[in-house]
Amino acid sequence: MDDLYRDYILDHYKQPRNFGELDPHDLEALEHNPLCGDELGVHIRVKDGRIEDLRFHGHGCAISQASASIASEELKGMELSEVEGLGADWMIELLGIPVSATRRKCALLNLKVVRGAVSGDHAWPT
Amino acid sequence: MTSRPMPQVADSAVLSGVRADFPIFRREFGGRPLVYLDSGATSQKPDVVIEAVAEHLRSHNANVHRGVYALAQEADAAYDGARRRVAAFTGADPQTTIFTKNVTEAINLVAYSWGRANIAAGDAVLITQAEHHANLVPWQMLCRERSAELRYLEVDDHGELSLDALDSELARGDVKLVAFTHVSNVLGTINPVAEMTERIRAAGAVSLVDGAQAVPQMPVDLGSLGADFYGWTGHKALGPTGVGVLHGRRELLEQMEPFLTGGDMIASVDFHTASWNELPYKFEAGTPPIAEAVGLGAAVDYLSALGMERVRAHDQALTAYMLERLAEIPGLRVAGPPDAERRGGLVSFTIEGMHPHDIAELADRGGVCIRAGHHCAQPLMRCLGVSATARASVGVYNEPADIDALVEALIRGREVFGL
Repeated sequence: MDDLYRDYILDHYKQPRNFGELDPHDLEALEHNPLCGDELGVHIRVKDGRIEDLRFHGHGCAISQASASIASEELKGMELSEVEGLGADWMIELLGIPVSATRRKCALLNLKVVRGAVSGDHAWPT
Repeated sequence: MTSRPMPQVADSAVLSGVRADFPIFRREFGGRPLVYLDSGATSQKPDVVIEAVAEHLRSHNANVHRGVYALAQEADAAYDGARRRVAAFTGADPQTTIFTKNVTEAINLVAYSWGRANIAAGDAVLITQAEHHANLVPWQMLCRERSAELRYLEVDDHGELSLDALDSELARGDVKLVAFTHVSNVLGTINPVAEMTERIRAAGAVSLVDGAQAVPQMPVDLGSLGADFYGWTGHKALGPTGVGVLHGRRELLEQMEPFLTGGDMIASVDFHTASWNELPYKFEAGTPPIAEAVGLGAAVDYLSALGMERVRAHDQALTAYMLERLAEIPGLRVAGPPDAERRGGLVSFTIEGMHPHDIAELADRGGVCIRAGHHCAQPLMRCLGVSATARASVGVYNEPADIDALVEALIRGREVFGL
């Protein structure tokens, strides 16, 4: 089996969870991956300081789409203050595959979007 | 099994024995020989270029145009000798052949020095939808600064421009400059440069041609192309990085103010005024890329020895073979002209169900280097209705077996994706 394109990665890529629009929503953001021009947006509904629900939308490679899909399941129910503290390691560990330096931004795009929506921080997660 | 016969490459056209001149092909990646299909991004370098740079640094290094000692004169001779060889390679005059950092700087030089003096409010700059950001953003900036209009010539479904559309744009009377690529870095299209520059000149406008993908691949004779400005870059033409070329029409270059200012480009400097050195030095401020220019001189000598007609035939034969073989892959769509005669040595494609980044990653599993992304041409990507493509491009050292390795890797990649 391929190291990177494992079955669960391809499963999330082909059937991404929590993709689409979410209306009404409280928070939103849209970001681009400058490497390839891919874009990813998010709609977030907040209740009692937590992410009650969220949806991603956009297009990208298997790594960026699967990362968003996998992260979406963890982000649901998470406190906003906790989301603000999430770093690159959280995402890379969650993904569970060896991500090369050039594909790192693909894996981190979803976290960048979510943090942008939650805290207005548009920097790449480190 | 399919009964379809295996496509045949026109063997007589393919250069042989060239690969041995390029030391990088002695390397292996993951136990496989390197299959390099990304020459459109940068070419590999032959031993003669590497050695020319090293020998210059080892034995002839001094700054140029300043020293009176013998070593400095050797450096002068090497740098200006490289300029003469580079100019001869494209049929240009050494005095109107300016060394820049790359083609991006060459275009910025024109946008800054010619553009700021000649583009005013109400004027128009015409470019094409297929331009690389290097031949797009400088014109955006200039037009915004000057309240001029930036207009685009459309490319059709086969990636080609319409001369009738060019005529009607020029007939509007406000176009002062037309900037376009000789060979598209995404579509591969070879644009009809001579036909276009003739129309542009007749309309009283100035032409600028981006030759980055053309000069490494085909005979380029500036006399017959008729462009007012023609830029290209060394590193795609077997030379080192850090050196590019701008050829300009003498009358225009003489009227222009300098782009970058500083040492070497002046005739004399007073406390409050300065006057400019003669061509081409007026446009070469500061210590130039001396060793890099020497390397580029060696690169054009190497290409000339191969013969650019033969290089073109080689690229075309491999491209035709690549188009045929890629057609075997289900869901693969090629962008640009369907026929290798009308394209340079590159093919952009998409595969249904696979993102171009994943295509490139999976090609790398088979040791095959191809590019994926927007290729610095985001407006064109929007015209094509995609965010990115994968691109395979050939060079003098490629062989039909490289194309076979690509096709094999793509077939295996589709299997990984369960397609």
